[in-house]
Amino acid sequence: MLGMLLAPFLVGIINRTKAFVAGRRGPSLVQPYRDVFKLLRRGAVYGEVTTSLVRLGPVLNLATLLAALVLVPFPGAGAAISFMGDLIVLVGLFALGRFATVLAALDTGSSFEGMGASREVHFAALAEPALLIAFATLARVTHATDLTAIYGAIGIGAWIHALPALALVGVSFLVLELVENSRIPVDDPTTHLELTMIHEVMVLDHTGPDLGLIQYGAALKLWIIGTLLVSLAPLRAVDPWIAAAVALLGMAVLAVVVGMIESAMARYRLATVPQFIVGAATLSAVAFMVLLV
Amino acid sequence: MELDRYPVPALLIAFALLLLSGIAAITLRAQAGMAQRIGQAGAVLGSLAGLAAAIAVLNGVRPEALILNWPMPGGEIHVAIDRLSAYFLLPIFGVSALAGLYGRSYLSNQGDPANAAGSWFHLNLLIAAMASVVVARDGLLFLLAWEIMALAPFFLVVFNDRRAEVRHAAWIYLAAAHIGTAFLLALFVLLGNLAGTSDFAAFPGVLRDHPALASTVFVLALIGFGSKAGIVPAHVWLPEAHPAAPSHASALMSGAMIKVGIYGLVRMLTLLGAPQAWWGWVLLLTGAASGVLGVLYALAQHDLKRLLAYHSVENIGIILIGIGVGVLGLAYDVPALAALGFAAGLLHVINHAIFKGLLFLGAGAVQHAAHTVELDELGGLLKRMPWTGICFLIGSAAIVGLPPLNGFISEFLLIYAGYAGLLLPTTAAASAGLTTLVAMGLIGGLAAACFAKAFGVVFLGMPRSDAAEHAHEAAWPMITAMAILALLCIVIGFAGPIVVPALAAIVTEASGLPIVQTGAALAPLSGALEISTLVFFGIVVLAVGLWVWRRWHLARAGIRRAPVWGCGFQHPTPRMQYTASSFAQPLVTQFQLLIANREILAAPTGYFPTTASFASDSGDPFLHLLFVPTFRWFRRLAARLNVIQHGHIHVYVLYVAATLIALLAWASL
Repeated sequence: MLGMLLAPFLVGIINRTKAFVAGRRGPSLVQPYRDVFKLLRRGAVYGEVTTSLVRLGPVLNLATLLAALVLVPFPGAGAAISFMGDLIVLVGLFALGRFATVLAALDTGSSFEGMGASREVHFAALAEPALLIAFATLARVTHATDLTAIYGAIGIGAWIHALPALALVGVSFLVLELVENSRIPVDDPTTHLELTMIHEVMVLDHTGPDLGLIQYGAALKLWIIGTLLVSLAPLRAVDPWIAAAVALLGMAVLAVVVGMIESAMARYRLATVPQFIVGAATLSAVAFMVLLV
Repeated sequence: MELDRYPVPALLIAFALLLLSGIAAITLRAQAGMAQRIGQAGAVLGSLAGLAAAIAVLNGVRPEALILNWPMPGGEIHVAIDRLSAYFLLPIFGVSALAGLYGRSYLSNQGDPANAAGSWFHLNLLIAAMASVVVARDGLLFLLAWEIMALAPFFLVVFNDRRAEVRHAAWIYLAAAHIGTAFLLALFVLLGNLAGTSDFAAFPGVLRDHPALASTVFVLALIGFGSKAGIVPAHVWLPEAHPAAPSHASALMSGAMIKVGIYGLVRMLTLLGAPQAWWGWVLLLTGAASGVLGVLYALAQHDLKRLLAYHSVENIGIILIGIGVGVLGLAYDVPALAALGFAAGLLHVINHAIFKGLLFLGAGAVQHAAHTVELDELGGLLKRMPWTGICFLIGSAAIVGLPPLNGFISEFLLIYAGYAGLLLPTTAAASAGLTTLVAMGLIGGLAAACFAKAFGVVFLGMPRSDAAEHAHEAAWPMITAMAILALLCIVIGFAGPIVVPALAAIVTEASGLPIVQTGAALAPLSGALEISTLVFFGIVVLAVGLWVWRRWHLARAGIRRAPVWGCGFQHPTPRMQYTASSFAQPLVTQFQLLIANREILAAPTGYFPTTASFASDSGDPFLHLLFVPTFRWFRRLAARLNVIQHGHIHVYVLYVAATLIALLAWASL
């Protein structure tokens, strides 16, 4: 629930970090909130050939991300809803949201948006197994198949017992955070060159409230995958309030790290991105193998 | 009519309706309209009667087996419907009834009307033959029904027989079907010989006495049944036959007929006794290969029906992964894993019948309306055919395995089986679990890419040709058939907590595990699905709420229409849209090694380029590198036999006499 309120802060922190590194003062931390509210109040412009699908995309995407938020446990608080195999449903919800966004992009009939959609499904096809394998390694470490039990079991003991595996999974979650949220080095959320974009070009012709929903959804997704990474911290035996506070701090640090990565790295060429994602999947798979021997 | 209390008589009525209407259709073919009406009525009513029989058995009615003498040496007519049979009768009769409903409107502007009457005869024959295979309990009867089931589609495929590529496709189908039958013949001869009877009941005893034989029988069954189901590399007939056949026949073949191959495999596994681990691994890896390669080849296609055909290969792969996990669970003595694997595989049988039937019917509606299924000539059809478009969208989302539709339920079970496997202590079981996960993850992502392309290019954007521009909505029987299937996708998706425990009884028959164990394995998952179904309802409520809010808000804030962003260009044309080929290009290029897509590019050169062209051809490497050379070799071998074949009839008579004498001599030895 915290995520619903705090997610746009992450975007604010990332932008602030990038500005700081570049020697600028940067926008206020609450700027993303202002952007979303401004967009939600606006009217909308729709392409001439569009059907209702272009309107359904952002709505459905946001609904799936809100549902996903409910499934992901936060240190100290746990998940609002938890059941066997909820991680599979989480992956399914991401896929549903993405499918809706991609179809909304194709609905405009624009070449640019087709291009973005094509790249999005390409990278998603590789990121989905990567996420499933990362969860597989965590499941093997903790002998559980629901997210609350998995993350509930990660304490100091689990880290001592399976240090290399958990570290590798952490790295692959970081990669997924960058890939799934279209950050540098995969995609540049601030570029203005349509030909090189992925996610941004897909939503190029979304305006007003639709764009507001999309931006808010993007912040939520950043928060959700960030939570999956930060919750790997061994906070099992810690007092819930302290655990939550540490995790919130961790989220902020993560946002700073993402901002630093964005400042320090250039985008990969599109042809290199698949290797980056497959690399993440391979890391998790290696982590799993390490557990087997 | 209390047909549901008497499953076997109901089934016989179904057979009678199907066969009599078929024969009536073909005898009345001079009056094409009348013949078609009779054929359609027979298909629909016969299938409904059969469906009643199947549902009765699934509800717990235990029918008597029907055993009749047969005026043929060896074998008898032994027919029985157990739950496993009844379960496979569901997709067979269900898809048949809807294909029948759909077929007459569809055929109205397709090909030669004189062929239509014959087409109904073969359609009804195919339905009856599929059902016979599933209820036969005797090897000889099984093979006979199997052969009819293999032959009837040839005549369905060859419907548009004036086109050379259709005739070619039909021959490929026929050859593939008979290679499979050859292996099954070997299988039943082998078992029947040792048992002294071709009745299924005798086979487990034989295999107990000859345990070494079980593996041979398994391999024969995998190849024989697998080639009908369409596993890699025996899948080559699917992408040829489906585009050529009328769409309701494709729906029937892909929705129901290839499942009969799966039925054969599962039935044979029940007769083979305790399985060995390597069978499970072979099934799992074959399934993974079929799944991944099927979806990759589908991505490279630009003919909608070929694309769907390759997705059948993919989905058969998913079913096989499920059965493989099930067999591994039995072999490693982990009943919970076995129950999960079989449940996932068997549920996907029904699910695939529903959404693939729907998608082929949808492709047929497109073909009917725009006279082409070439992706790059379509576009913008959602506005012109909204019902077809919405149904196709639901089918696409379901086949991709997106929640909250039916495909997600079976994929959830299978991925969960993967997680259950990788928690097991042994390395072998854990590796099987990881293999399942990786395969399912990759298949899911690639399938999403493929259907984003298929639906996006066909139904969204602007029409890319005049034919698509002037497309019209399908006739109401076609829409009804599609809408029923689309509704089933949604209903099963939300009914997961009811559907999954109901599978326990069928899994029990397929796996030989006691019902207590299968029930115990599936119960927690139905509990999990109860909660996830609530989450799905939550999503629906949220989405509707957001939708309503936005409508209300925009009513005040205002909506404008404008051209989409074209980098400053103000008048986008249909030709400027992304095409199917360009959409799939990054993935196709990445998996070039496996797809063997050929591209011919004449790039524009100079400051004022005049002509440029690009063409891509996604041939099937298995066809071009495996089957074509093999068959060429066979043909060359066969050509040598021309020496003894020269058209002089008296020499042929001499051959006959010589053979007879040789046989007599051999018999008297």
